[in-house]
Amino acid sequence: MPEEKEPQSVPSVLGDAIKRQVLVVQDYAELSVQSLKNIFTPPRYWVDTVEQMDIIGVGSLPIIALAGFFIGGVMVLQTAAQFERFGETALTGDAVALALVRELGPAITALLVAGRNASGMASELGSMVVTEQVDAMRALGTDPIRKLMTPRVLATVLMIPLLTAIFDFVGLVGGFLVAYFTLRLGAVQFWTRAIQALVFGDLVQGFAKPFVFAFIIATVGCFMGLRVKGGTQGVGRATTSAVVISSVMVIVVDTFLTKLLLWMFLK
Amino acid sequence: MTRDVPPRAAREKYSEVVPGEPLISFKDVRIGFDESDVLQGISFDVWPGETKVLLGEGGSGKTLIMKLAAGLLRPDGGRVTVMGQDVGDMPEKELLNFRRHIGFVFQEGALFDSMTVAENVSFRMDEENVEESEIETHVREALRFVEMEPSIEKYPGELSGGMRRRVSIARALVDNPPIVFYDSPTAGLDPVTCQTIISLILRGRDSQGVTSLLATQRVQDAFGLANFHFDKATGRIVRDKTNGARSPQGPAAASAAPGSAPPAAENPEFPPTNVIVLRGGKIYFEGAADELLHSPDDYLKEFLASAE
Repeated sequence: MPEEKEPQSVPSVLGDAIKRQVLVVQDYAELSVQSLKNIFTPPRYWVDTVEQMDIIGVGSLPIIALAGFFIGGVMVLQTAAQFERFGETALTGDAVALALVRELGPAITALLVAGRNASGMASELGSMVVTEQVDAMRALGTDPIRKLMTPRVLATVLMIPLLTAIFDFVGLVGGFLVAYFTLRLGAVQFWTRAIQALVFGDLVQGFAKPFVFAFIIATVGCFMGLRVKGGTQGVGRATTSAVVISSVMVIVVDTFLTKLLLWMFLK
Repeated sequence: MTRDVPPRAAREKYSEVVPGEPLISFKDVRIGFDESDVLQGISFDVWPGETKVLLGEGGSGKTLIMKLAAGLLRPDGGRVTVMGQDVGDMPEKELLNFRRHIGFVFQEGALFDSMTVAENVSFRMDEENVEESEIETHVREALRFVEMEPSIEKYPGELSGGMRRRVSIARALVDNPPIVFYDSPTAGLDPVTCQTIISLILRGRDSQGVTSLLATQRVQDAFGLANFHFDKATGRIVRDKTNGARSPQGPAAASAAPGSAPPAAENPEFPPTNVIVLRGGKIYFEGAADELLHSPDDYLKEFLASAE
């Protein structure tokens, strides 16, 4: 007769669950730090990094441009509707520029890349784990974190700020076109106000965030992929988790980062 | 691309064969998952030139033993020594260098999907920054060995299961490692392809002097390795007249002449292929294939009968 296990108490079950979650966070932190440290020590996989830059940067360009254009346009429509009440539609350029550069550009670019690339990283690495390709790499004497994760983290960190800049610019173009055709705002008026509304602090805020968001997206995507268990079902779960967790983390971190950057640059 | 790989000469310490010492040694090794031990105190040695076949039912821990020996897993207890190195205690960075001296054939081949056959086979040499021309020579040689040279530019997705397994063997043998681990290399293959794979392993053993651990559920694999050998003179696989005519440097050899391996024929009592049968996380049987075949033990009889 197999020995029957004693039923566990509620606090002990809760305690175990918390410990498991803390362990996951600890593993994530360790892996993220390791992937960063690898950037500064050889061997470095430049070819893999450039390949990932192409997949993440060039590959995401169409959706970033398309989303940026229409978000810029819809921003003009929404703000103009409010400004019209006070007869200040000329301020539309200011509002769109500030909203895009400070907040919408970094956040929406990050969310789009999270949906597209965090899932891709998790499914690609997860498939490699379940087909023992990651173990094979280790057996051949190659560090999979260095070979697979670090190029993805580096490529994402280099590409998302550039994609954000493109999103901001295309968003302003979209905003201008909508303002021109619906509010009859002139090009000089729109662009002068949009550019003058921005100060150094806005740009710092708008371009500091993408680096942090990129790091979150790539590390979460790779972490979820590398810890896949349970075959193809596990890969599916990891892919979903990678998108959900990285998106939520981007939004949560954005709040704290905004507060910090506002305090630092726009007192 | 910058590579941080120690020069081959600096890594020779891993290749040294200590006379009288086994190349692979498990001492009371335990490992478990979810509070139950899968391996419960496993101890065995593999001597230079020996092929140790691990037999057992699914879930008996054969793959775990291979992964423990390659340092891909760490034991919960006991000691795993390979080429004089305690792999259970080595830091991962050192293990990566150590693993460049072993070959590993995974169950499904584990070829890199995004790379061609040539890139898969040359992976380790690419990592070590070996000259392009030298890589080309070695890769072609290895692929010729497994009769896969015409598929050099193909991707793993374009190959059959048996072909993938052959490429995996080429990848493991390409830079002549002293030790190769074969994890169920014939699993899921048709009988003809299984024979091809076993003959490749025989050729690796008899022409390159590879020491190996082979996990399998097929008893036929163990008898194939025990009863046949590759004749270098004729280039053919031939049946052994006396099992054990080509001997490794086993315990008898070590005690007879410490520090020097005697000619193989002087040590006929130590067969080059030995079998371990795992049951319930422990070694149930260890010995030559012939002993297994003639064992009066009921479980072993049943095990052999079920494989037929």
